[in-house]
Amino acid sequence: MSSENALTPRPAPAPAIRTRSRRSRFGEALIETLLRLNGFIAIAAISLIFVFLFKEGIQAFRTIPASHFIQSQELDFDNVPQTVRLWQPVGQNPKYSLLPLFLGSFLVALPATLVATLFGVACGVYLAEVAGKRTREIVKPAIELLAGVPSVVIGFFCLATLATLLQNLLHTTFRLNAMVGALGVSLVIVPVIATMTDDALRAVPGFLREGAHALGANNWETITRVVIPAGASGLVAAILLGMCRALGETMIVLMATGNAAQVTLNPFDSVRTMTATIAAELGSVPQGGEQYRALFLVGALLFTLTFIINLVAELAVARMRRRLAL
Amino acid sequence: MKRRFVETIALALLRGTALAVLLATALLLGSIVKGGLGVITWEFLATEPTQGMTHGGIFPAIFGTVCITLLMIVMALPLGVCAAIYMVEYAGNSALARVIRASVNNLAGVPSIVFGLFGVGFFILFLGRSIDRVRGGGLLFGQPAMLWAAATLAVLVLPVIIVNTAEALNAVPRSHREASFALGATRWQTVSRVVLPQARAGILTGSILSISRGAGETAPILFTGCAYFLPRLPIAHLGIPFTGLSLPMVNPLDQFMELSYHIFIMATQSTDATLTRPIQYGTTLVLVALTFLLNLAAISLRVRYRRGLEAR
Repeated sequence: MSSENALTPRPAPAPAIRTRSRRSRFGEALIETLLRLNGFIAIAAISLIFVFLFKEGIQAFRTIPASHFIQSQELDFDNVPQTVRLWQPVGQNPKYSLLPLFLGSFLVALPATLVATLFGVACGVYLAEVAGKRTREIVKPAIELLAGVPSVVIGFFCLATLATLLQNLLHTTFRLNAMVGALGVSLVIVPVIATMTDDALRAVPGFLREGAHALGANNWETITRVVIPAGASGLVAAILLGMCRALGETMIVLMATGNAAQVTLNPFDSVRTMTATIAAELGSVPQGGEQYRALFLVGALLFTLTFIINLVAELAVARMRRRLAL
Repeated sequence: MKRRFVETIALALLRGTALAVLLATALLLGSIVKGGLGVITWEFLATEPTQGMTHGGIFPAIFGTVCITLLMIVMALPLGVCAAIYMVEYAGNSALARVIRASVNNLAGVPSIVFGLFGVGFFILFLGRSIDRVRGGGLLFGQPAMLWAAATLAVLVLPVIIVNTAEALNAVPRSHREASFALGATRWQTVSRVVLPQARAGILTGSILSISRGAGETAPILFTGCAYFLPRLPIAHLGIPFTGLSLPMVNPLDQFMELSYHIFIMATQSTDATLTRPIQYGTTLVLVALTFLLNLAAISLRVRYRRGLEAR
């Protein structure tokens, strides 16, 4: 990952002889203190998110029994208790099952990651290994432009164009379903996976390729048997980070998946993701109420999930660096 | 012979996929340009919505987007750039630097809606309401406002700015710093006269990209200050004492309309989403144009900057 590269320390040696006047030494100290203060403010702002999210989220357990986050009992019309797995936070008997939201998130994120991996990795390999210098200078910025499109724009495109296109093509029951959202989200993460794959493969040292060519391998054999195995951890990191983005994408799924919280495994059903739930409900909840805390709990879960995926991806990149001894 | 055949097919497939991605991009942008180009007139850009949002322009949304972006820049850019300078040039490998590094890396992957959650919970309900309690006299800070929306976006782009700035600083060869130290320069003299002038273009590029990301975000500001429709701009008239004149100022405690939010709300929750489709396309085109201008500026700046580095 490029960010890790950027942030690895490279301390410059301190000046050996101090022959400054007192005034300039004072100025130096002042500037360093100010900059350090700045660092503290930045880290404070960042860690506040973490603390605040969990502080509010954990309070949800004070009023809602833990088992209710999976399922709860409800009397049906004949007063027979039924087990329900629903997210219905508004009403006389609010239900907070996280199951439909989890399933919804993964029904969007998994197909999206799959599609984006296929296209993104191929794009990355093309950029790093096949494209000439001139083509590269055109294709890469074009892919980066796609990365710069605001997600609400892609959401709108899904809603207005892609959904109709897909329904005419596949005759699905719901015009807005998990698959429309997944295809939209894959548009967002293809550039992520492509650029990271490109970075990873370009980090593979040239002598490995030259060695393969010298042994008589052609371009394709060099790519599949030498370059990709060498950069494999980087590819894994790219795919994981893509999935991370897919799980966290909000506007596209909010606009294009239909937003019906239901327990389903059919990617052509209407679903509601964790992110969309927060986005759809946060505006109307009273502060400090049960639902407010439940939403923070969903947020905290989302945070944890993406945090873990990020961490694994980072470890994968670190592994690749070690192996290639960069 | 067979190996040759496999290679030809495989490489052609790779080319085809790259082409497919470019085509998808073209389809996406093409559909928006096609739908939006006819709508955009001077009137559309310069007037406000009328007749229950079914007619008129989007001027308040453009105004709001520009205001909130500027406010976000003021809040995040100096903080982020200075934090990065501290981390790269001063902190070395201290504990603080390591903690910042780890959290910055991980924060880049946190979903934007989580920032929205944070904005509502922390900025509005905690910070804003606390200020109100101390100040007395009713609700002023403890409600959605441009100030809080900008603050939320600032927290979102802060790690991005830090990462990009650090990258630009690290691109300056270490030998230049050593040479400067050898001439007797202090650390700050080295940073301000040797490192920053070289890293300037890179920092600028990274910052523009971060800003364009922030300007296009919707999820964090859904609940922190956006309004569906405001009959007036978020402007307050600040009286200048003793002159009797008043100066129009953007009021950061007001709510505001915003382009990306406008697209979302018009496409999903307006009175007649089909009737107002042209307005939605027009708004989308304006937003895309805005972020693309920023992105293009950054990309072309970076190409020039890279060439400069290679030539050195």
